[in-house]
Amino acid sequence: MSATTIPLAHGAAHEDWVLPYHGTVGMLALIVAEIAIFTIFVVAYVFYIGKSISGPQPRQVLELPIFNTVCLLSSSFTIWIAERGLKRGAMGAFSLWWAVTVVLGAIFLGGTGLEWKKLIYHDGLTISTNLFGTTFYSLVGLHASHVIIGLTMLLIVLIFSLTGKLKSEHSRQLEVLSLYWHFVDAVWVVVFTVVYIIGR
Amino acid sequence: MADSTLPIGSAIDLTPPGETYGTWLEQVHSWVVTVDHKKLGMMYMAYALVFLLVGGFEAILLRIQLAVPHNNFLSPEVFNRIFTMHGTTMVFLMGMPLIIGFANYLVPLMVGARDMAFPRLNAFSFWMTALGGLFLYYSFIGGVGLQGAGSAPDFTWWGYAPYTERAFSRGHSADYWALALIVSGFGTIGAAVNIIATTLCMRCKGMTLFRMPLLVWLNLVVAGMILVTISPLTAAQIMLEIDRYLGGHFFDSQAGGQPVLWMHFFWIFGHPEVYVLVLPAFAIANEVIPVFSRKAIFGYPAMVAASAGIGLISLSVWAHHMFTVGMPSAANAFFVLSTGLVGVPTGIKIFNWIATMWGGKIRFATPMLFCTAFVVQFLFAGLTGIMLSVAPWNWQLHNSYFVIAHFHYVLVGAIVFCFLGGFYYWYPKMIGRMLDERLGKWHFWLFVLGFHMTFDFMHIPGLLGMPRWIYTYEPGRGWEIWNMIVSVGGIIQAVATLIFVYNLVYSYFKGPEAGPDPWDAWTLEWATSSPPPEYNFASEPVVASRRPLWDLKHPEDPDSRYE
Repeated sequence: MSATTIPLAHGAAHEDWVLPYHGTVGMLALIVAEIAIFTIFVVAYVFYIGKSISGPQPRQVLELPIFNTVCLLSSSFTIWIAERGLKRGAMGAFSLWWAVTVVLGAIFLGGTGLEWKKLIYHDGLTISTNLFGTTFYSLVGLHASHVIIGLTMLLIVLIFSLTGKLKSEHSRQLEVLSLYWHFVDAVWVVVFTVVYIIGR
Repeated sequence: MADSTLPIGSAIDLTPPGETYGTWLEQVHSWVVTVDHKKLGMMYMAYALVFLLVGGFEAILLRIQLAVPHNNFLSPEVFNRIFTMHGTTMVFLMGMPLIIGFANYLVPLMVGARDMAFPRLNAFSFWMTALGGLFLYYSFIGGVGLQGAGSAPDFTWWGYAPYTERAFSRGHSADYWALALIVSGFGTIGAAVNIIATTLCMRCKGMTLFRMPLLVWLNLVVAGMILVTISPLTAAQIMLEIDRYLGGHFFDSQAGGQPVLWMHFFWIFGHPEVYVLVLPAFAIANEVIPVFSRKAIFGYPAMVAASAGIGLISLSVWAHHMFTVGMPSAANAFFVLSTGLVGVPTGIKIFNWIATMWGGKIRFATPMLFCTAFVVQFLFAGLTGIMLSVAPWNWQLHNSYFVIAHFHYVLVGAIVFCFLGGFYYWYPKMIGRMLDERLGKWHFWLFVLGFHMTFDFMHIPGLLGMPRWIYTYEPGRGWEIWNMIVSVGGIIQAVATLIFVYNLVYSYFKGPEAGPDPWDAWTLEWATSSPPPEYNFASEPVVASRRPLWDLKHPEDPDSRYE
């Protein structure tokens, strides 16, 4: 059986038939769905601002998590640097900056944990205390869980890189993962604004 | 129907299928571990058919109870569970798997691809959906909670909080409902991601976006909608579980929470959801009607624009389910207008279907019977929808049987009819044998009779004031005769459906062989054998127009000259 294409009366050569990378498109679609979920939690948070009838209020207990935010947002920058290193084949630079990204993300997570510890034990704010508690822990917790998922994926990649399995051909896949990480950071910008600026 | 005369012959792998079937266990195993979009598509469809029968059985139970006043066939508690499960089943375990199944099977074939973009994600999505549904049904046994209350969900398929909160829904039925739908929702989102990536990234050479079959366009729009439609429901159900188990107060009025928040979140999901269900039905009509009218679809660009427009506008109409809740007049007015607006692109589509048939050489094979009935019935359904979109009319008829008649007119009269047409049209491709035409016609006419007996007359008790969700009613209100007619119509639909199931099974063994292109159609799925080999196409197709097979069969008059 000949390997002909389904024959065509007028065929253009179609040598330039290039469609987007399906990994990137798939990740963008996932991000759209995640934006929708986060939007609902943000709407609930905004809807209930000032509506708690008892318990601690945001102004009383929330401090601006400046250091945490700087760490998380810088990690978007460091992941970009790492990607550039991978494209040039500089595996050492890649591993270094990728590891820095992981560390920055971990610091953010730790900082969130410390903040929650203070809120729970010192200020008496839990998810069941009042509307502020419910919406705060849900929204910030949803974000933190996405950070955890992202960090897990980043760590797996770091292990692949340190064991020499990662190559510069994997750039496209890594771009997909870093898209997710940028999304997580962008969500934090929104959460930070809504919770720590508007809501206080 | 002979395949040797088609110029695509060299593209079909003529190697005989060979004795590659293993033992029975090996065959079952191959289905369980498959990542092939065709097998997964058929599993989705089989799953949907099973739950069509289960949900239909639940409907028959409801109709027996309501056939006469003061009936005690079902107790009120059981009645509440049955109608809740009927709705939840038909939407999530029948409707969604059906549309995803057809999309899964057809989209890669129609764009000339070998499989979906993410085959393993495809398998994961199917199993999440399937197991989520089984989990929901386990609630019949497992829903009994600490206080001995519960069993299957009984709080309507809307799950309105705070009714579903711990205080008012003791036992675990609300948890089964929420968790089953969260799990199957992940599967649905996975399928949507797959459809989008496949459509945008895996089209064969020459297939620009405006040369894709309309079915692919509509499934692309639907997939995009799914991403922003299912997520609000998932979010709301997570909030519900936080309230139920972590002491949250999202919908807890004693702490200042508001029930209306659940309503908004649910309907931000719920309204686009019904467009998610109906657009794939349009997709089928867009393929069947032209082929059986022997004319290309009228107004392809307008159809694309209208489909995208419907998808977009439908995201802005949700509170027409909340006219009686007490929103400000300005809000009510906005939703009246947006809902009316969504009727415009919908009307464009109806005109285009009629224009496609106009002057065509129409052949009323069974697929065309179902799709023609769809055009008429969908028009009526849309008209009662526009009536309901007018807020003062809605205030009279909210939650009455008029509403139930309206939405079943769309769900059954439009969606089920189109999908039945789709089954008759693509079964030959999937199985390699034709469905029996005589049985098909019996199915069609009985189903039409039963459908109209039930859902035409159901509008009347609604207008006479009969509310939904009641387990019985008093005599002397003038509702009795209509309820009886509605119930008898249900039995007739059940008989018609059983004929269809028999046809599916009988034709699998005894149906005449179909060949690659039994309907003389024009899209790429007909360019490979029936059933297609696992890799779909022996060589990658190259297309130059919207109807590649027309171009091949009519090289003296190709569409590519006119597009």
